Amino acid sequence: MNSAVTEKIFVKGNEAVAMAALEAGCRCYFGYPITPQSDIPEYLSRELPKTGGEFLQAESEIGAINMLLGASAAGVRAMTSSSGPGISLKQEGISYMAGSELPGVIVDIMRQGPGLGGIDASQADYFQATRGGGHGGYRIIVLAPNSVQEMYDLTMQAFDLSDLYRIPAMVLADSVIGQMKESIVANPRPVVELPDKGWAVRGRQEGTEQNVVKSLKLGDGEMEKFHWMMHDRYQLLADKECRWEEYLTDDADLIVTAFGSTSRISKTAVAMAREAGMKVGLLRPITLFPFPKRAYAALSEHCKLFLDIELSTGQMVDDVRLSVARDAEVAFYGRPPGAGSLPTPEELFEQIARHYRACPAATEVTL
Amino acid sequence: MRHDVFIAGYGGQGVLLAGNLLSYAAIHEGNNVSFFPAYGVEKRGGAAMCTIVFADGDTGSPVVGSPSVALLLNPLSFEKYAGKVKQGGVCIVNSSLVDTTGVELPGIKIIPVPMNQIALEMGDVRMVNMVACGAYGEMSGALALSSLEAALKKALPERNHRLIPANVTAMAAGAAAARAKKA
Repeated sequence: MNSAVTEKIFVKGNEAVAMAALEAGCRCYFGYPITPQSDIPEYLSRELPKTGGEFLQAESEIGAINMLLGASAAGVRAMTSSSGPGISLKQEGISYMAGSELPGVIVDIMRQGPGLGGIDASQADYFQATRGGGHGGYRIIVLAPNSVQEMYDLTMQAFDLSDLYRIPAMVLADSVIGQMKESIVANPRPVVELPDKGWAVRGRQEGTEQNVVKSLKLGDGEMEKFHWMMHDRYQLLADKECRWEEYLTDDADLIVTAFGSTSRISKTAVAMAREAGMKVGLLRPITLFPFPKRAYAALSEHCKLFLDIELSTGQMVDDVRLSVARDAEVAFYGRPPGAGSLPTPEELFEQIARHYRACPAATEVTL
Repeated sequence: MRHDVFIAGYGGQGVLLAGNLLSYAAIHEGNNVSFFPAYGVEKRGGAAMCTIVFADGDTGSPVVGSPSVALLLNPLSFEKYAGKVKQGGVCIVNSSLVDTTGVELPGIKIIPVPMNQIALEMGDVRMVNMVACGAYGEMSGALALSSLEAALKKALPERNHRLIPANVTAMAAGAAAARAKKA
């Protein structure tokens, strides 16, 4: 594609993911419908065949993830998408992909759970996404957009990071970001130097080595070697690819931290707190794996109170606690929202004010 | 400047189209927009609601607790959202379906507009959402009628562009009705 676009277009978050996949050169999409992400397969079923790509609605999510594995093993850029119940079904395939060092993009537009749960927004699949999700001790790259523009930009990055590190990459959003519409610029794909996929199984040429893509490792010492290699690769990811956003953190006595949809609501609440004279900032992780630990470590040198906000009863808060300096305190506010109920900026402002007042370092404010 | 508005009603009243229309009009005027819909699994009936935030800068939170304007198209949404409007804000109510006689909300201005009746007079009750959009443009002063007209081309599929003149008339009628109540 690579057509330079500067005009703003008004699209849903889910549509932005699908558009970015096309721009990133995704050649195959495999999926199965589930709310709140069905706009992704809907868009790609219409547009992907026009570019010569393959769209396939699989018989199930398990079918779809294994098709992704197959396409990826053949060296093709491919993607699947789903929500909680479907992502759970995909975990076996994701584990096999991780074990086979296969790239591939998995989009998870979170809904409520456990089980079939509900179709409204939730961030309760943070653990599932950032801990690997399946068996065997692996991690996947997890990117957490908080706007429709980022749905577009981070989906493109997910393809590149996944190819670069040969690790599956997940775009993790929720129904707020997936269903909302914003005006975006559909940026052309950035030029990224990527290694050749010499490992792909494309049919053996005369006189060349046989390529084998597998996760079964029965050779003497083979498994241990693999794990140490992946361990180093995750470390490299952490060193080079952590992304985060800071907002008014320089002089902050309290730093709010949140990802995805919650970070949008939090940012407005932080701005309200600033207007009320409170020195409050926001730290938003954009990569959830690798988790931007060093941003927390650096900020907690001078700011000793963090407030983690999530649409769950608390998951990312564990990573925040592991990342801040030992003498920093981490408070938590979150709730699993029901239908039509999301925390408002006013509600989060109340929480910020409550913790700020209790903070010994905080500048005196009259509320 | 940052503007936020709730639109709520029954599924089928065109709440989401109205939200899209205001969004396109806001983009037409050079704003950034966040449009956040919430609706049930039903095609018609059920509750439909959306929030639109537009600003010349960062739109901030797509979730709004107390909007400066609410467009409430049926009794249920009036019950649920009228009281949430910000102090000094405006609540534009479809008085064809909601009886606002004697209702007072401290610090909130209620503008009753008989949207169904106006839409019917224009020839089709389905234009109730257009009447509402016209009333919003008038009351908020945030979006010009010409921008709403331009937005129709973006918000409606090509096959429905022949209906644009009728929709523009409905928006103008909604604006006029709101203007009469403003004084």
